[in-house]
Amino acid sequence: MLEPIQGIPALIAMMLKNVGIFTLVILVVAYATLAERRVSAFIQDRRGPNRVGPFGLLQPIADGIKNILKEETLPATASRFFFVLAPILVLVPSMVTFAVIPIAAPLPTPWGVVDMVIADVPIGILWVLAFSSLAVYGVVLGGWASNNKYAFLGGLRASAQMVSYEVALGLSLIAVLMMAGNVTLTDVIWQQQQLGMWFAFPLSLAFILFVISAFAETNRLPFDMPEAESELVTGYHTEYSAMKFSAFMISEFGHMVTASALMATLFLGGWDLPGAWDDAYWYNGILISGFGADGAAILAQPSALKTLLTFLGFGAKTGFFLLVYIWIRWTLPRFRYDQVMSLGWKVMLPTALAYVMLVAMTILLLDELGVAYGFGYGLALTAVSGAATFAFMFFLDRGRTITGAAAQRTQRVEVKTIPTKVAATEAGATPAPAGD
Amino acid sequence: MSILFYVFAGLAIGGAVGVVMAKSPVGSLLFMVTTLAAMAGTFVLLEAHFLAAIQIIVYAGAIMVLFLFVIMLLNLGHDYQKDLRGGAFAVLSFGVIGGIAGLLARQLGATGSLSGPGAGAIDAAIAEHGALGAIAEPLYTTYVVPFEITGILLLVAIVGALVLAKREV
Repeated sequence: MLEPIQGIPALIAMMLKNVGIFTLVILVVAYATLAERRVSAFIQDRRGPNRVGPFGLLQPIADGIKNILKEETLPATASRFFFVLAPILVLVPSMVTFAVIPIAAPLPTPWGVVDMVIADVPIGILWVLAFSSLAVYGVVLGGWASNNKYAFLGGLRASAQMVSYEVALGLSLIAVLMMAGNVTLTDVIWQQQQLGMWFAFPLSLAFILFVISAFAETNRLPFDMPEAESELVTGYHTEYSAMKFSAFMISEFGHMVTASALMATLFLGGWDLPGAWDDAYWYNGILISGFGADGAAILAQPSALKTLLTFLGFGAKTGFFLLVYIWIRWTLPRFRYDQVMSLGWKVMLPTALAYVMLVAMTILLLDELGVAYGFGYGLALTAVSGAATFAFMFFLDRGRTITGAAAQRTQRVEVKTIPTKVAATEAGATPAPAGD
Repeated sequence: MSILFYVFAGLAIGGAVGVVMAKSPVGSLLFMVTTLAAMAGTFVLLEAHFLAAIQIIVYAGAIMVLFLFVIMLLNLGHDYQKDLRGGAFAVLSFGVIGGIAGLLARQLGATGSLSGPGAGAIDAAIAEHGALGAIAEPLYTTYVVPFEITGILLLVAIVGALVLAKREV
């Protein structure tokens, strides 16, 4: 029965999806904290937390109990209401954004076909942008309400950074939206299935820009300016303790999980697995898996097994990006604040704008030439984007763009002007290696 | 649906009252965000999903953050209170509110409905182009020149603001 689910069963399915998906997100968040500690231990050649339960698997639960039982502190000079409100304002948007991300192929039930997404709202990706822009409030408010200079500076940095990178994030999305022709995430996945390749290849530069901006948006290293320990204690959540601090942590990981799921959906096909056997899309009220050579719709054959497999595929892709998040955190050092800003405004923004123009022109050219939307179309775009990505990588070489390297160049000039006497005393010392 | 409308309408009005009544400027701001978000909710109930998203992204998300910056960096004390309360401002604000209410009442009295003409046409456009296409289609065809001119105007405003700000420093 290939009808969308209706009536009372639809309501029950809705509730089950709500509870199920959000429980799943919370669980993934809890185990992402464990994964972070285990992976960091692996990278630093340690063992990490492995005492609570088998392989340390019960560690997140122990952490949770510890945080609930700890004393809640309230700074004497903090404004109480806003201080309590801030963690809530941070937590909610990080969770709610997951509602629009499809997690698996539609599931057939005796009562009709259930879409594996909580709410396939017609504004899709704009929903995500809206709620991620609201997340700034909690951070700024937390920093301000603490009435602490470090926290305040952290809050200001967070808001400046998130506002700046939102621009590049939005612009890198435009390329995806031009290919998909719609903003709903089910449409984005369907168009990737139709193209025969995931958008990471034909839109490689948008993919890179999106990943960088998403790192900045989630305040993760190398962009964790708002909580730079060495300068700001821990930034905007300096004054928070126990469960309120935990709320900030949960929201950071929640943002990571959502951003990973978004990268997987937008650029790696979401729940799509290679091949056309799992494709499914609601086209004029019928579930189809594609179009035949004569343009007639081919009916999809959804099954519980396909749903399970595609869900595992989606989980694997999301998990991969989560791992990349953790991997990068324990590999790269933190940027300097002015470097973050100049990267955002002077590199990301112009590149994203130019790339939007390039993709638009390529799509227009391909349409004018009458190339059918399919694998060849994708290959042509892959070639163009590949060239753009190569140029971007070439010019982003750290010797050219990051101001630290530019400062090194000016220092080198200064060294030449040093009087010979000083230069002679320094000549005996071994020259310091270039900072790589 | 109508219950949701009353919830959102109540939130919007309550937030608007809060903006005026709140003692601290930050409180006012958060009330204003509540109002804007509640208005986005009523837009969703009117099937204007795109408008709702833009309402949150542009007003609640971006502009309000800048407002927050201003208030925090200027660190307003208690000297702002007497500026906007009482006297000419009260008369002026009641005049503006009265004017808007009068216009709405005139519309309601004349046609018996607050929605303008062409509601059916909008429904048809949404059915044909989707939530985004219904706005994008006229914006980039019929109204493309005014739209682009607005863009240039905003750009000029940004450049002007930068020039003025630079002179201070």
